[in-house]
Amino acid sequence: MRIGVFVCNCGTNIAGTVDTKKVAAEALGFADVVYATNYMYTCSEPGQQEIQRAIAEQGLQGVVVAACSPRMHEPTFRRAVEKAGLNRYMFEMANIREHVSWIGNDREANTSKAIDLVRMAVAKLRFNAPLFSSKMPVNKRLLVIGGGVAGIQAALDCADGGMDVVMVERQQYIGGKMAKLDKTFPTIDCSSCILGPKMVDVAQKENITLYAASEIESISGYIGNFTVEIRKKTTFVNWEACTGCGACMEKCPSKKAADYFNEGLGAARAINIPFPQAIPKKAMIDAAYCRQLNGKKCGVCAKICPVKAIDFEMKDEIVTEKVGAIIVATGYDLFDHAVYGEYGGGRYPDVISGLQYERILSASGPFGGHIRRPSDGKEPKEIVFISCVGSRDASVGRPYCSGICCMYIAKQAILTRDHLPESNSYVFYMDIRSPGKNYDEFVRRAQEEYGVQYIRGRVGKIYRRGERMVVQGADTLLGVQVEVEADLVVLATGVESSLGAGELAEKLRISYDQYGFYMESHPKLRPVETNTAGVYLAGACQGPKDIPSSVAQGSAAASKVQSLFAHDTIETNPQVALVNERNCIACGKCIQVCPFGAIQWKELRGGIKKAEVLASVCQGCGVCNATCPPKAIQLQHATDNQILAEVNELCA
Amino acid sequence: MKRVAYYKGCSLEGLAAEYDRSTRLVCEAFGIELVEIPDWNCCGSTPAHSYDPLLSAALAGRNLAIAADQGCEMVMSPCPGCLKSLKGAQETCEDPKLRKPFVDLVGRDVDGMKTVSLLQLLYEEVGPEALQKAVRRPLTGHTLIPYYGCLLTRPAQKAKFDDPENPVSLDRLLEATGAAVPDFPYKTECCGATYGVTRNDFVGRLSGRILDMAERLGGEAIVVACPLCQQNLDMRQDQINKYRSSAFHLPVPYISQVLGLALGMSPKMLGLDKLCVSPDILLEDRTQDREAQGSAG
Amino acid sequence: MERTNTLSIQQSRDSEFIREVEEESGQSVSKCYQCGNCMASCVYTFAYDYPVTQIMRLIQLGQRDSVLKSDAIWLCANCQACTTRCPNNIDVAQVMETLRIMSRKEHTVSQPDIQAFYDEFLRSVKTFGRVFETGLLPVYNFRAKKPFTDLDLAPRLLKKGKLTFFPAMVKKRQKIAEIFEVVKRDRFSKDGKTRPEAHSAKTDS
Repeated sequence: MRIGVFVCNCGTNIAGTVDTKKVAAEALGFADVVYATNYMYTCSEPGQQEIQRAIAEQGLQGVVVAACSPRMHEPTFRRAVEKAGLNRYMFEMANIREHVSWIGNDREANTSKAIDLVRMAVAKLRFNAPLFSSKMPVNKRLLVIGGGVAGIQAALDCADGGMDVVMVERQQYIGGKMAKLDKTFPTIDCSSCILGPKMVDVAQKENITLYAASEIESISGYIGNFTVEIRKKTTFVNWEACTGCGACMEKCPSKKAADYFNEGLGAARAINIPFPQAIPKKAMIDAAYCRQLNGKKCGVCAKICPVKAIDFEMKDEIVTEKVGAIIVATGYDLFDHAVYGEYGGGRYPDVISGLQYERILSASGPFGGHIRRPSDGKEPKEIVFISCVGSRDASVGRPYCSGICCMYIAKQAILTRDHLPESNSYVFYMDIRSPGKNYDEFVRRAQEEYGVQYIRGRVGKIYRRGERMVVQGADTLLGVQVEVEADLVVLATGVESSLGAGELAEKLRISYDQYGFYMESHPKLRPVETNTAGVYLAGACQGPKDIPSSVAQGSAAASKVQSLFAHDTIETNPQVALVNERNCIACGKCIQVCPFGAIQWKELRGGIKKAEVLASVCQGCGVCNATCPPKAIQLQHATDNQILAEVNELCA
Repeated sequence: MKRVAYYKGCSLEGLAAEYDRSTRLVCEAFGIELVEIPDWNCCGSTPAHSYDPLLSAALAGRNLAIAADQGCEMVMSPCPGCLKSLKGAQETCEDPKLRKPFVDLVGRDVDGMKTVSLLQLLYEEVGPEALQKAVRRPLTGHTLIPYYGCLLTRPAQKAKFDDPENPVSLDRLLEATGAAVPDFPYKTECCGATYGVTRNDFVGRLSGRILDMAERLGGEAIVVACPLCQQNLDMRQDQINKYRSSAFHLPVPYISQVLGLALGMSPKMLGLDKLCVSPDILLEDRTQDREAQGSAG
Repeated sequence: MERTNTLSIQQSRDSEFIREVEEESGQSVSKCYQCGNCMASCVYTFAYDYPVTQIMRLIQLGQRDSVLKSDAIWLCANCQACTTRCPNNIDVAQVMETLRIMSRKEHTVSQPDIQAFYDEFLRSVKTFGRVFETGLLPVYNFRAKKPFTDLDLAPRLLKKGKLTFFPAMVKKRQKIAEIFEVVKRDRFSKDGKTRPEAHSAKTDS
């Protein structure tokens, strides 16, 4: 084989601490290497041309580029060698930037390590063989997991583009957290007025299939061809029949069911439609509170239902859907302030979360949109807001900024003044983070026009004195301790990852950070992709986000799906396992260890069994290769011979 | 019988002698054998650790070392200040840099010792249920304020007992006597500590607000587990009244005295007469009132 | 001490001070973002010249003098409220303790009467092995020139039989005195971490 080696300076990124000239010179001495050089920016247009020129002039059959991480530029160089007539797999990359120049300053040691890495790449390349991908059809249906505003946006964008969309929502209704909000910053438009039409669209689009009160059971397959099992949780109501008339709710005698939609501020009936604009507008029974389901004599709803939709015998149901791409938009949850013992640890009814206050402000909320405090229903006069509760607080394991609280507090303080002109609002804050369009102006307006008192400092303690709560805090600008007697305290509870985010990530085979937020493929350049092809992210499941950003990401993810679905086929990855039938002893170990179910039995003439890899399902992990006793199964492009050649060079 | 080394500390030998007496009686009643550390010395308290951590560690550590020599694995001190010093000594002994000078000064290591407060001992070794069963003179109808003081549960990493912000162990024990125990917001707020002598106005201000809140909540007595808190709230109550122009008259008994009372021990034996503000109100038997109220309601 | 209202940061910054505080206290002061929670939680804030949050800030700026001469560090009662609530897990009370020790070493204690009380307390411990409460107060009153401190309490305590007139003494007082001597000898060695080897307790046996 005639091999060419190209060592990249990457400006000073590599050449600063690696003698690239020397690396190239050394490379010339390696077996089969007939050409070696270093270059300022190998990834640049002229850099690529240099490779192509050398292939033509030197008759190269294989190319090694020693540069950055293959995650960035391997596709670039593969295309370049392909254009010059080589198979794209006759190419190897040695990472001498992230693995060498960026992590050490010792020029001599770095150069020596770079030479080792190039020698290994060359050794491997000598065992490379041309590989060819095949084409697979793309199933142009999209699965959206999560029916909050980000998921809704993504679903509608794709449905508008003519694609079939399957939406799965864990709750009984779509709309997510936004459906619970009263108004939105910085425009103070009514949340349900702007979200409502989109929710209705989801229900009415014929090419959107909505599974509410449902969760993902399992996911298999790969980009273009996923198979998804969806668990439709039992609602004890036949939704085909239910008209959402609400008669059952009115008559249900179990009146103290948990009111999740109102964040526990009110009480719901055991059979419930959470709010008037709910989509789908269908009733569901909360088994924990239903008398009939708890062995008591009742069944009032079944008797009253005009369409006989109640079914106490209903069970969970699993449905299977086939899709070509998945958008994950599972949103967030709010930090539970019970860990703040100094704020009462959740035992004071008049110390509430930001979302609870949102429900109090909302006309569809527990008090019909009149601001009252939960303990005694009185109208509060002095209201204190505390920011960063469960944000920027390492002591509770939440060192990050939730990004939305400064703005929602300002909004709530403005609305409070609108509702109760005689009231006084105080905001304890550490920093005001309002970098969005028209955001800072909004916060200024709260202070200048609505008279909200902003106090720069954290609150140390909240306790009850008589009928009021005493808020003991600091004004660090004055350097004094301050005390405010409040009728109501609103904690700006921060954002955390959605309950169960980790388990869903395992099913999707995507990564998540230490706080449970899903990892994008690249923090700047691939913000809605994941490292699993065909799985995209939208909204707060990736990190705390406000509505505009969530919607933007919903649309961004939708556009990624549309560009994928613009193709009828996709090329398969040929870096998959392959069985050499002559060596296969039919022990079946590979079938047992394959995490993707990509290996099956194949029967040859005469009933002889051999293992067979389904190339379209194989993810190229190599577990089978490592397990196979006679080494009959080999992962292409990472065969035993190739790996051992590298190891031998390293140990030489 | 549970054998526990007893480090009473200087206060319990002087102004808090009744705390010592009642502690011994209550522990004995529950089958806990207190072995007073022979020839114990002062832990050095705040003056020692603001002079040099090693001085504090060595003074307190000498007592732990004697207890260890006696074969005790658990040391109980009714004084949270002393307990803090004992725990500081343990930490010093575990600190790789200070271990050698520490061991050289006190003569041995003090590894593996458990140091607890009287409250922790009673809560973990006896517990509210056993206490409830042993009550002979229920305090039903009385409202008691549980006051833990600042050091009993803080800092959490060192105290390793109950909750630093809203501890409940004392609440639970007092409830077991039949008493009503309100949610007291100043449970762990500082009373003025050692400033009784040097900055008397601090105590007027800080202990004053504790008395004020206790009174607002209808408390008849503030139950404490710290000799310093007790001195500030009880012995200095007149000074506080003078400072605030108030007229507080709240008895401040020790936890051991209140539990002893509930167990049916004589007030005299428990040293209740030694308190500055008379706790006689707690001797009123209201169990009948309560039942009468109950049947009327 | 008097508050500083103007500061030439480069001129007054003592980076060695920051390092010393961090090393002696084992806390990283740079984690503090001045949220004010310690100040909000401290019941002694009313008496401080610099609230705790500002003490932390002054350390970050390396202001040795302002910090070690402050009233705040000596009025702190070590009640742990700040440590319990610090969102950055800084043991603030430990930092204050470290500052007290440093100010003693550098003879910049701003509260001579508190120091006098502590000295008297330690003298009592060194002499008797235990604190002699009844004996401690008159000596302190004399030294702090506050002869009437707590005199009002005496009659009642006498009646309750709470005043003892003879100190309880530890038998091995010599051992206690030795602890004092060894610590005193070693504490002024420049680096507290490299204490000379302490004497073993041979004199005791």
